[in-house]
Amino acid sequence: MAFLYNKHVSITGISACVPSAKKINIENPRFAANDIQAFVKNVGVEEYRVVEPDVCTSDLCVAAAEKLIADMNINREDIGILVFVSQTPDYHFLPNTACILQDRLKLSRETLAFDVPLGCSGYVYGLNIIAAYLSSGQIKKGLLLVGDTGSKTVNEKDKSAAMLFGDAGAATILEYNEKAVGIHFHMATDGSGYKAIIIPDGGFRKPFSTDSLVETTSEEGLIRAPKNLHLEGLDVFSFGITEAPKTVKKLYEAIEITNEQVDYAIFHQANKMMNEKIRKKLGLPEEKVPYSLLKFGNTSSASIPLTIVTGLRDSLIDSASKVILCGFGVGLSWGTAYTTLDHITVSELIEY
Amino acid sequence: MDKNEFLKAFADQFDETEPALITLDTKFKELEEWSSMVALMIIAMADENYNKKITGADLRESDTIGQLYERISSR
Repeated sequence: MAFLYNKHVSITGISACVPSAKKINIENPRFAANDIQAFVKNVGVEEYRVVEPDVCTSDLCVAAAEKLIADMNINREDIGILVFVSQTPDYHFLPNTACILQDRLKLSRETLAFDVPLGCSGYVYGLNIIAAYLSSGQIKKGLLLVGDTGSKTVNEKDKSAAMLFGDAGAATILEYNEKAVGIHFHMATDGSGYKAIIIPDGGFRKPFSTDSLVETTSEEGLIRAPKNLHLEGLDVFSFGITEAPKTVKKLYEAIEITNEQVDYAIFHQANKMMNEKIRKKLGLPEEKVPYSLLKFGNTSSASIPLTIVTGLRDSLIDSASKVILCGFGVGLSWGTAYTTLDHITVSELIEY
Repeated sequence: MDKNEFLKAFADQFDETEPALITLDTKFKELEEWSSMVALMIIAMADENYNKKITGADLRESDTIGQLYERISSR
């Protein structure tokens, strides 16, 4: 039962960056128009953003971080920890991208910096890690950078994934403050489902070889090679509609709150059918559950901050809002956070 | 979990297929309207109506609606 509470820590600023190039699903020439229409209606993605080949997740994160640091007028010396949550780092195994980012962002050499290779659950995990480091009070501020360039991992001919994943990066500042209400977490893992979302080749279990490039067609007619992302959509759906409501309910029970004490519930943007099912199971009204799926697709670990920036900016700037943040997916891994966003800085969306 | 109720709920997930064509012996993946979207709706229906989890393997390894019912009703 991983319930965790980090006192004296709060989220104080959020920014997000997307590439400027759009892909409009209905214009995709590879798939039949009625299939695409059904996809848009059910999965809820009309368009998404894609990076140029030479742009990495880290580049989107640098743009998001620079804007946030400027908007919050942060002294870079105060940032004592940088965590980069991504499954699309600059280099496959070494070095960690977070180290490169420490230098690119001109942070102090006294900064802890490391990568956390999680996906859809990664934002909540990243918050939890930084909150744990900050709660002793020895580090004043932490910078969480999250995101992925999913467009580089999917096969364009794979109908299950080609129209779903968008590229994005996001930055979040957390601060130590003795008066903060803190952040509550519930975190969980079920590695028995590791094959549900996987890139089979290119690691040390199955090193990259010429076979990694060979495309095959699955029983369901999905075309992909072992170097591509493989998504078992039905299993992921089944997992999401079961576990996402459960983790939120578990946290509700542990800290004795109900939907009444939640102004907004921001979920990882997986798939509209899945997310709506989760929302209805929890009895959350539509106006408390914003989406960014329609215009940006599933943006992996950036989906929660991107939804906040694109959907809640005006509401959050001048208010103290109680929020649920819930991420779930690849691993399988999931987690929920509950906190108050008290007059935080939300930067305008950046286009790279 | 009632077999005929499950069958009716299963058939309800289709828009264009004649309900008469959907019986416990129907090889559902051979129906013209069968798609991954219908599969998602079947999974959601089983969760909502019966609190039962259907996986991709359940759908892959069942040919008829009756077989799918047997697989999940015992859970």
